[in-house]
Amino acid sequence: MKLLQNLFDGMKPNFEKGGKWEKFHTLYEGHRTIAFAPDLITKSKGAQIKDATDLKRVMITVVIALIPALLFGILNIGHQHFIATGEGGAFLDKAIFGALSVLPILIVSYAVGLATEFTFCVIRNHPISEGYLVTGMLIALVMPPFIPLWQVALATIFAVVIGKEVFGGTGMNILNVAMTARAFLYFAYPAQISGDLVWTSSELWSSLADKPALDGFSGATALAVAYNSSIDGTPVVEALTTHNAAFGADYSFMSMFMGWIPGSIGETSTLMALVGAVILVATGVASWKIIVGGFGGAYIMGLVMNAFAGEGMDVNQFMAMPAHYHLVMGGLAFGVVFMATDPVSAAQTELGKWIYGILIGVLTVIIRVTNPAYPEGIMLAVLFMNVVAPLIDHYVVKANKTRRLQRATV
Amino acid sequence: MSKIVKLKKGFDLKLVGKAPLELIQVAAATTFAIKPTDFPGIQRPKVLVNEGDTVKAGTPILLDKAMDQVIYASPVSGEIVEIKRGDKRKLLEIKILADSSVSHLKVGALDLGQDRATLAEKLAASGVWPNIIQRPFGIVANPADSPKAIFVSGFDTHPLAAEVPFILQGEGRYFQAGIDALAKLTTGKVHLNVDGAKQVDEVFAGIKNAQVNQFSGPHPAGNVGTQIHHLDPINKGDIAWTVSAYGVSQIGKFVLEGIYDASKVIALTGSEMSQKGYVKTYTGANVSSFLGGIAQPETLRIISGNVLTGEKIEKDGYLGFYHNQVTVIPEGKYEEFLGWLKPSASKLSFHKALGMFSFLKGGEFKVDTNNHGEERPFVVSGVFEKVMPMDILPTYLFKAIVTEDFDEMEELGLYEVIEEDVALCEFVDPSKNELQNLVRHGIELLMYN
Repeated sequence: MKLLQNLFDGMKPNFEKGGKWEKFHTLYEGHRTIAFAPDLITKSKGAQIKDATDLKRVMITVVIALIPALLFGILNIGHQHFIATGEGGAFLDKAIFGALSVLPILIVSYAVGLATEFTFCVIRNHPISEGYLVTGMLIALVMPPFIPLWQVALATIFAVVIGKEVFGGTGMNILNVAMTARAFLYFAYPAQISGDLVWTSSELWSSLADKPALDGFSGATALAVAYNSSIDGTPVVEALTTHNAAFGADYSFMSMFMGWIPGSIGETSTLMALVGAVILVATGVASWKIIVGGFGGAYIMGLVMNAFAGEGMDVNQFMAMPAHYHLVMGGLAFGVVFMATDPVSAAQTELGKWIYGILIGVLTVIIRVTNPAYPEGIMLAVLFMNVVAPLIDHYVVKANKTRRLQRATV
Repeated sequence: MSKIVKLKKGFDLKLVGKAPLELIQVAAATTFAIKPTDFPGIQRPKVLVNEGDTVKAGTPILLDKAMDQVIYASPVSGEIVEIKRGDKRKLLEIKILADSSVSHLKVGALDLGQDRATLAEKLAASGVWPNIIQRPFGIVANPADSPKAIFVSGFDTHPLAAEVPFILQGEGRYFQAGIDALAKLTTGKVHLNVDGAKQVDEVFAGIKNAQVNQFSGPHPAGNVGTQIHHLDPINKGDIAWTVSAYGVSQIGKFVLEGIYDASKVIALTGSEMSQKGYVKTYTGANVSSFLGGIAQPETLRIISGNVLTGEKIEKDGYLGFYHNQVTVIPEGKYEEFLGWLKPSASKLSFHKALGMFSFLKGGEFKVDTNNHGEERPFVVSGVFEKVMPMDILPTYLFKAIVTEDFDEMEELGLYEVIEEDVALCEFVDPSKNELQNLVRHGIELLMYN
């Protein structure tokens, strides 16, 4: 490691004050501190020792928690593809196909995002923050598998600049950066990010293997199927089963829980989201209150919907869908575990986290069931609650201040 | 009514280098210093002696022109050898070369039957007064104030801290006299807060004139700020005083014998301290004689006080006025390959983030002064709250100070905390912000605006 250290030391004068690349000092520091934890020592006054955990370690913990969802997503994309083409692919074929679709998106997300981030760090002379380690992965995982790469790049730039840097960078953003990227695509290029056709077709594979998808195949997401059933009046569970029989994709509760359904890269598997949740909660990185609140809120709202969907009431079938189906469909689990818990954009008081989490769950179900324009509710619910979170905190903080004031009078 | 408070929030830092409970023999310190920088409230320090003057223990050598009834006295008898000033003639140290045997300035025992004002005036002129700290703000108390209560913490939960009952051995009579004197100064009660997890120590047993409360739980249960919050919290406009247990007995000795006795028992601690144990010396001692036998002191950090709230001093530096501990640990000036990623069970961490297994490993940790990362904006939420056993929202308080929002600072509880109350927050902060400095900055904003 001495070699690498020497390499950095050799470059150092160029980046110091008066050096030819002085402006890029922050990039030098950023890379050096990734290779080597810095040799900074504590100040002469105040805490003389510091906790061994830094922000880099916190962030990498989140990345590790995302890996199960990423790996499963890669496999599932291959799986969905071979269902679409009607042939049974081997495990390895599925994995290779999935990797060929996902890795370019991941690379574009990281490359474009980091380039944007570095540009801002150099202009503002800020240290490079490790926040994008997580954001880069999240952006890739909420993309549909066959999204054009230029759209990924555009969304990433939009999210980093408008979502984060204009507010002052890491730690200052109001909205979750990855959700901002997805929302941007959702409203700017709706054709490529929703609908029935984006989940399993692949020009890439077609050109490689010369096997187009079966005619008339619909790779609709479970949420789309549910939404359609609310229009034609079939009970949702029945519609899911019918769809299953017609196209081979298994929309049973168990299959949806496992994640063998079409959807964005990382969102389909509730199981993998839960594995991530266990990692995040056990390491203390994410708030269990937000996660439990999110799932609980969605389930309770599902039950409320059920209660209003009794016999003789003229309501859409989506309302009558068993409440626990909400928890495994779409991106709810992924969103609640990885998006809602982003500490910067979430509520920051402990009571606030409960309220924030529960409302995300509740809102997701309301948007799904009652809003014809948006089959998926979690994205809008998280973004909306990001905006509301400071308000929730405001009242929790105000209660704290009031307690202090009341104390004075007694 | 005495109160029993059990706290859950907090964190005990278990470190290598505890001092065994015994007095050890080391070469006696010969020079001593009073450092105005030890007293954050001093505004216009004025030196009352010149280089070359001889003084007795108790001779006034310093005062604050903003509160000139309180004097700061020489801890030993001897000769003023240096008045050290820094940039812009800022007064740094008044150094005294001690006589071989200390002779005291004698003013005669104090009659506690006198009225409050006279009593306060005499204590202020004696040298023992700077032991009395005012909350809010953590500054030397103003003798003209009548505090609503006085708080004394009878135990110290800081890392490797000196055992209070041990350093007060045989001082029970003085301690009681100190409590009696303090009881005269307040309109309310004197609270003596003892460690609820242990049997009440001999020196505190049967104490009269004070309400004895029991606190138990992890650090900062022994911090007087935590205790005040749970007994009789400070609101805007309130004034309370705090005195360390050592300070109480020093005041008591003045009451009974009429002398300013600055002798104190201090703990020599830390993984790199060559001889660990307790030594008897005086306030402001030069630490070099305690460090005998330490090789390569430049690779080490010598700390006056404990590792959370202490101050770095040179190897021939002086013990802080309020400190009764010297800690020596390694400096951490090294780069570590992928240090932010490597799993480790031997690095002390409050967190359980990826690869940090210290929570699984029991026992004591060896620590150094490495910062373990660079400074970052606040990102992670809910961490400070886990180590703050008060109904205070630390993150919001810190942000209010950063933005210099005076109303918010007041409303969020800046009157209730000083540096030591947020020291644990500073330790656990993954964003490595200097929170103790920040709190002092906020306090200064409130005090002087």
